Amino acid sequence: MTMNTDNYDALKKIIKIYLPEDVSVDDITPNSHLINELNINSANLVDVVLDVEDHFDITIEDDEIEKMDTVASALEIISQKVAK
Amino acid sequence: MSKQRVVITGLGVCAPNGVGIPAFTEAIKNGISGIRFQQQLADLNFGCQIAGQPEIPDDLLKEYFTPLQLRDLEATGITYGMIAGVDAWKDAGLAITDKDTVDYDSGIIFGTSLLGVEKFRKAIYLTDEGKVKRLGSTTVIQTMASGISAYLGGYLGCGNQVTTNSSACTTGTESILMGYDRIANGYAKRMLVGGCNDAGPYIWGGFDAMRVLNKKHNDQPEQGSRPMQSDAGGFVPGSGAGALVLESLESALSRNATIYAEVLGGAVNSGGQRQSGSMTAPNSIAVQHCIKDAMKNTATHPQDIDTINGHLTATGMCPTEIKNWSDALGRSGENFPYINSLKSMTGHCLAAAGSIETVATILELQHGMVFGNINCNDIHPDITAIIAKSKIPNKTIHKEIHIAAKASFGFGDVNCCMLFKKYNS
Repeated sequence: MTMNTDNYDALKKIIKIYLPEDVSVDDITPNSHLINELNINSANLVDVVLDVEDHFDITIEDDEIEKMDTVASALEIISQKVAK
Repeated sequence: MSKQRVVITGLGVCAPNGVGIPAFTEAIKNGISGIRFQQQLADLNFGCQIAGQPEIPDDLLKEYFTPLQLRDLEATGITYGMIAGVDAWKDAGLAITDKDTVDYDSGIIFGTSLLGVEKFRKAIYLTDEGKVKRLGSTTVIQTMASGISAYLGGYLGCGNQVTTNSSACTTGTESILMGYDRIANGYAKRMLVGGCNDAGPYIWGGFDAMRVLNKKHNDQPEQGSRPMQSDAGGFVPGSGAGALVLESLESALSRNATIYAEVLGGAVNSGGQRQSGSMTAPNSIAVQHCIKDAMKNTATHPQDIDTINGHLTATGMCPTEIKNWSDALGRSGENFPYINSLKSMTGHCLAAAGSIETVATILELQHGMVFGNINCNDIHPDITAIIAKSKIPNKTIHKEIHIAAKASFGFGDVNCCMLFKKYNS
């Protein structure tokens, strides 16, 4: 899959707010696991989803949230939704 | 096991007339009011359009919250409680633990009434619109009563009991007794105690509806809170937080901490909403019982009390409260201790009242003073029939204080009385 860099940059901007102090925005790669590698508090995932919904004007279902474990998987869901 | 002696080693305050101990100390010494006209209350057709609310500079909050927490922080009680609580902890010279360390000897009992009402209001609108998913992750933690102890606990790394008490306007004082008991019994070395209360129309509206607020001073806010006065016609609502670090004397001495005062202990009870008591009015027999129990529990002779920081809200119950103190202590006229009401400057800060007022009491012991009551020039004749006018100072008196009493009384007919003593090493 070719990655949409606009979407990637937008997602990085969203994720940045939720990073703990010891993780930098430069640590984010497409393969980063949101909870295990970027150390985002699992409770904040719902907030990431709300921000993504607002930014891309899409709706993400609960079963899709479960699949959003890495940056790349989140981008895949976003690109599917935005394309529709 | 014999009881541990308990001392106060840290103070923090976020009051309508002063945020931080230095500003608050100046305010109570000089009789500075924190009561202001509230346009929002006027717009909403409140009878009482004045209130006490701490003024927080925007950039101050960065010291107490992460940028992520600040992003959707709408619980004013948590804001006030964090400022007071974290300040008290730092004032005590205590460290914030690193991310892998838990301090099992330190706990928190930090009370509130309703927390996060603005957040809850938004959540209700979203829920009713069928948008429950839009509530985000912090609706629960900002609206649960124990949100304040949870925010503080996470910031400080406390691993002893971390909880929130709630007993209406007795809350702040009760938290001090609860923390005292825990240390005295050897279950904790340090307890951060206090209370906080949200600000705003959704907190104050119910009191306005009960017609217990002062409606007559909307154009003279600073004169609106008039405890013990002939024309006292209702209280002025307030908000904020007060916090104290309680510590075993042993722990305080071992780390060479500054000791502000000793907590002698106190008593808590309820009038059962029987006799003269009801949901909203105190049973005077129980109030006197509570004061006498506090004396007994701390082996304090009534004659040794130098000053009283009363509950004294200005609803018209002040003469009854004065009579209860006089009867319980067996002291009247010129033999009555000094008595004051911080509410004349802050309004009634509800669940935070007892803790902010106790901070003021400890400052009296520390600085050797009895702060003056403001708006105090026409004392109710039923009060001067019991105690001498000179015992109700309208200017701050500089004088060594050895023992001070603080009591709070709350809806549900609940009472708490505490005794504090100047610490002499």
